[in-house]
This record gives sequence, structure tokens and C-alpha cells, in this order.
Amino acid sequence: MSEDTCLGCQVGDKWRKKRGSLIMALHEIQGVKGYVDWKDAMDLATTMGIPLARIYEVLTFYNFFKLVAPGKAVISVCTGTACYLKGNDKVLEKFKSELKIKEGESTPDHMFHLQCVRCVGCCGLAPVCVVNGKTYGRMTPEQVPEILNEWREVFKEA
Amino acid sequence: MVDMAEIAKRFDIHEIAKDKLAEIEKYEAHIYCCHSTGCKSSGSDDLIALIEQILEEKGLKERVRIVATGCMGLCAQGPLIRVEIKGKKDVLFKRIDLDATRAIMEEYVIPALDNDVEVCENLQKYVLSLDLPFFKKQEKVVLKNAGHIDPEDIREYMARGGYLALEKALKTMTPQEVVEEIKKSGLRGRGGGGFSTGMKWELAAKVPTVDEKFIICNGDEGDPGAYMDRSILEGDPHAVIEGMMIAAYAIGATAGWFYVRAEYPLAVERLQKAIQACKKNRLLGNNIMGTDFSFNVDIRLGAGAFVCGEETALIHSIEGARGTPRPRPPYPTNKGLWGKPSCVNNVETLANVSKILLKGADWFASFGTETSKGTKVFALTGQVEHSGLIEVPMGTTINEIVNEIGGGVPQGKKLKAVQTGGPSGGVIPAKYMDMPVCYEELKKLGSIMGSGGMIVIDDSSDMVSLAKFYLDFTVDESCGKCAPCRIGGKQMLVLLDKINRGRGKKKDLEQLKQIAFAMQKASLCGLGQTAPNPVLSTLRFYEEEYQNKLLDGKE
Repeated sequence: MSEDTCLGCQVGDKWRKKRGSLIMALHEIQGVKGYVDWKDAMDLATTMGIPLARIYEVLTFYNFFKLVAPGKAVISVCTGTACYLKGNDKVLEKFKSELKIKEGESTPDHMFHLQCVRCVGCCGLAPVCVVNGKTYGRMTPEQVPEILNEWREVFKEA
Repeated sequence: MVDMAEIAKRFDIHEIAKDKLAEIEKYEAHIYCCHSTGCKSSGSDDLIALIEQILEEKGLKERVRIVATGCMGLCAQGPLIRVEIKGKKDVLFKRIDLDATRAIMEEYVIPALDNDVEVCENLQKYVLSLDLPFFKKQEKVVLKNAGHIDPEDIREYMARGGYLALEKALKTMTPQEVVEEIKKSGLRGRGGGGFSTGMKWELAAKVPTVDEKFIICNGDEGDPGAYMDRSILEGDPHAVIEGMMIAAYAIGATAGWFYVRAEYPLAVERLQKAIQACKKNRLLGNNIMGTDFSFNVDIRLGAGAFVCGEETALIHSIEGARGTPRPRPPYPTNKGLWGKPSCVNNVETLANVSKILLKGADWFASFGTETSKGTKVFALTGQVEHSGLIEVPMGTTINEIVNEIGGGVPQGKKLKAVQTGGPSGGVIPAKYMDMPVCYEELKKLGSIMGSGGMIVIDDSSDMVSLAKFYLDFTVDESCGKCAPCRIGGKQMLVLLDKINRGRGKKKDLEQLKQIAFAMQKASLCGLGQTAPNPVLSTLRFYEEEYQNKLLDGKE
């Protein structure tokens, strides 16, 4: 791979001289490709001069970072207190049964990734789900198939 | 040749504010559309685009102004639009869609510009009375600007008195005087601990600045069910930046760091824009406002770890390491970020600072109780009619907050309890509804103020499950560094699950209490020390619910 397309090197180079930048660099890589794999971590280690073990220490500690490619549509079901009280567990169950996967998993066709997140801060709209940055408020289990179809359409066109 | 006076004028905050005010004055009508995460996800982006399109078509851009603002508070009724027309009462519209927006524009806003028109009959269903107790009973200090200004335009902040407090501090006060003023105001940390902000600053100021000293803004709002900090950062980011700059001046900090949750992309974006605007207007950098005060800030993102709200864990996270806490002392004010003295303040705490300096410590202290001064922002959520973001003076009773401002519990259900402090707090049963909300009173009942999450629970909720929900959270979020939290939490959860499934015995309940006590005493940081609180607090008031689930329970 040429130097230009090495994401880890580019990002590492940008953040190398700044302090407290490892997490920011990891955010940037994940922002571009959706996850951080071994090669990215290795490239970061080389360019930033941080031991690979340190990088993995951080990657595995924080919930936010993904080590493998998630599905195209990432479904985040909020499990904050307000959403819990308003019955988001039923919405989560519906997603699970519709997609036949558990939380933290992706569908075999890599279309959907289902995850639980801590409060997204829209408690007034509880229960809430977020799919690829789009927020769905006042969710009911009945809306789940609709939302899945909406996103299937999006990726069919693409 | 460069005209120095001209340049000075261009960066003078009074001049900018004057120009902006004159610009705003020219408009006959103002439409404020809530543009924070809640309303944005209800579709406010499209509404703003539609209104702009209509104004363009009708050639009214010179007469009507549309402002995308921060949170207006009543998130459950979003998207919200407030219309202010000269000589008319302000009108707030709720839950509007594209058709309703078009109707509001064509049947109210546009005709009302030239004629005496009131909101017509078929639009009444969208009108939300501004005389509701939800609005009337609030006291907006921190949220003064949210919902009134475009957070992405620094000039609007200046037009409402922004950066005057900074100017006052830099030009007329010594750092000691600033610390004294904050001490006198009685401001206490709004992140949950409730430590006196003035005292913290005094301690930080006493440590000599060898080469560097930091001020850190804690925006890692981890409590699930709370979003005060997000709304403040989204609605009025400059207030937090100004507060931080004043704090930096007071303690002699050389640089500032914002630590914000990565789950709040909009807050991060607005903060970034605000910082850029400050740099452009020479409010950050060297020799700010022509004084010898120099200061710069930077943002660091969290990555989804609740424990990073703890100050030493937060510092480790900024350094780019795992967010694990360490024993204190030394406190961060002596040895913090990269071993340099650092002062960690919460978003809401910093947002209070500029108001205190401008209006005086006595004005601030006129709100609240003997020991808890000022106002507090709460995220009122759960089973309550008007769920949203509210700000009330300290000492307001829970009854006033839930039943008057919140409009009570919906669907004819009864209030059972209110939960404050999130996973570190406890429940307050309905019988204590007349208790004033302040640090001490909440502590007496085994709860804490916390960062400001207030969750209303109705009588259909089961307290054992609720306690398990919170414990699930803290066990999952425990960093695993110290044994009491790592092992104790897990064992408590096993016991609680057993009880909740109807398999528990009396001795399990005893053991639950014992482990809880050990965790409180022996855990390294606040997460472990407070993790048993939801269990202990529900046990204290609702032990019979636990008893009912035991195999050998009722006798």
C-alpha cells in the first residue's frame, strides 16, 4: 500500500506532535472507516511512537471503539434510564427478533449492526433509537420493521 | 497603513454587540426554532429550511429573521418554534410538522406583519401557552441564552452581554478578587460533588505556576437520563468558554481543556465553532483584550466510559490512556494533567461564572437556601407530563418541580418516587415531596444532587428492577482497577438478580447489604463508593418489595 492511502500514518502524523492525542487519533480513524483494525493500530504505533499494547489497552477499554467492521447501518438502542422506564427493552427485543442477532452483533449480510448505547441525551423523546446518526423518538416495537425497511432501501439505492 | 484604532474597534466587544443589536432591531418579526439534539431529531432542520424558503419566495428576508437556537426546554413537545412579532405577544408552537409550519407562516406570521392578526382557530392546537407553570416557575440563569440566541454566532452572545464579565475580570479585578467573589457567591460544583467552586479555585490559585497550569471543563455527562451539559454546550457554548477563561485568569492557568462525550457530536461541533469564533475575535490567544492575559483551549473527546466523569480518570483519559482513577491525594489541583496543577470544573458550574461576576455575588446568593445557592438545571424525565430541561432556584420542592412544572404523572397514574443522581443516587419516595431540593436535604435521604438527572417514577414501576437496572450499569462501567468495585458490584448484581427472579432468601438480602457497605467504604473512586446507593436507597424505603420477592420472605 502506498504512503498516501495509509490512514493510520496520515492520522498519526497529524496528531503526533499534539499532547493527549491517542484517543482523538482513534476517533478520527473510526470516523473515516467505522472501526479500527490491527493495521491501523500498527501504523499509529509506528507514526506516533506509542507501543501497540498501549493502543490496544485504550481501544478495548472504551465502549466507543470497534475492532471489526460493523454493518452498514448501525442501530443504537438507547438504554438510558428514561428510555428504560418507557420500555425500550421491548424495542430492543423486537430488533433482535427481526434481525435474528444479539446486541453487539452484525447481520451476516453486513447490512445492520445492533448495539446498546448509554443515554444519547434525548430523554424527552424516550424511548429513542439512533440509526447512522438519525434519531427516532417515541419508539414503539411496531415501528421496528418500518425503520429496517427504510434503511434497506437506502442501501439498495447506493 | 494599518489603522490601529480601526482594528481595535473591529475587535471591541461593545462595538460588535452594538452593531448586532442594531441589526436585530431592524427586523419586525423573529422566528426562533429549537435546533438542539432533541428537536433536531424531531425534524427541526427541515422546518428551518422550509421557513427560509418561504421567506425567500415572499421577499420577506429583510423583515423576518429565523434563528436556529439551543434548547427551549420542553423537549417532549418538539419541534418547538417561538414567534416574536413587534407589538404582539410571543407565541410558542409545539409538535409542528412541515404542513403546520407552512400554515403558521401563511396564516399568522406573514399577515401579522402588516395587519392586526391573531393566531387563528385551526392553529390553536399547536399553540403552547407561555403562561404554563412549566415556563413561569422557572428561573433561568444558566439557560438565559439557550433558546434565545443562535449558538453559532458569537455576535448574538455579545449582544446579550457576552464577554462583558471577562472584560470586567481582566480589566478591573485582580485574580484574588475574582476568587473572593465566587467564594462569596456560594457557588458549588454542579457535577454532583457539590464542593465549593471558590475554595477549589483558591486551592488551585495557591499552587505556583511553574511552567503550566490547566483548567479542565468536565463535559463527560455519563448519567443515563441527564442531558444538562449537552444542552448548555449546544445552546450557549460561549457562556462555558467565558466561564473557563475567567477561571483561568483567577487561578493563573495557562491552557484549558474541554473533555466532552463523543456521544454528543452536536455539542462538540458547536463548541468547536465557538472556539474558532473566539480565536477570530481575539478572545483566545495572546494578550486577550489588550491585557497581558494569554490563554488557549482545546477539545478532547471521551469514548464512552462512565468512570471518566471522575476527575482523575478524566485526566488519564485526556492523557490518552485508559480512564482509570487513582487514589487522591495528591489532588489534581496539586498534581493533575501531565503532573501539572489542574482544576476540574463541570460545564454548568463554569456557565454560572460570568453571571456571578456581572451581577454580583449577592445577587447570585439571593437564590437558593442557606447552604445551596443559585439555581440548578435538571433534566426532568421519566413518567412525567412535561419532560424536558428545567432550571429552578435551589430549594424548590420536589412537588413544585414534578407536579407544577412537570405537570404531574400522566395517564392517571400516581407518583411513586423521584430518582436523582443517576446510578450514584437514590430514590425519594412520594411522601417527601415537600422536601426542598438542595445538596444537604438530598443527602439526608440517602440520595445525591448528582449532575441533575431527575427521573419521575410512577406506581407501575418495580423498585427492585430499577435498582438492578442501575447496578447493571455501574457493574458494566466499573473500570476494574480496585477489587471492592470490580468484585463487589458483580456479586451484588448476582444476588439482586436472584432476588428479582424470585429465587432469593433472607440471607441473600443480608449479604447484599454487607457487600454494599464494604463497597461504599473500600472502593477507590466515586463510582464504586456510590454504586450501591440505588440498592440501599430502594431497600431503605421499599424493603417490602424486596421481601415480597423472597422465597422465605413474608412472615
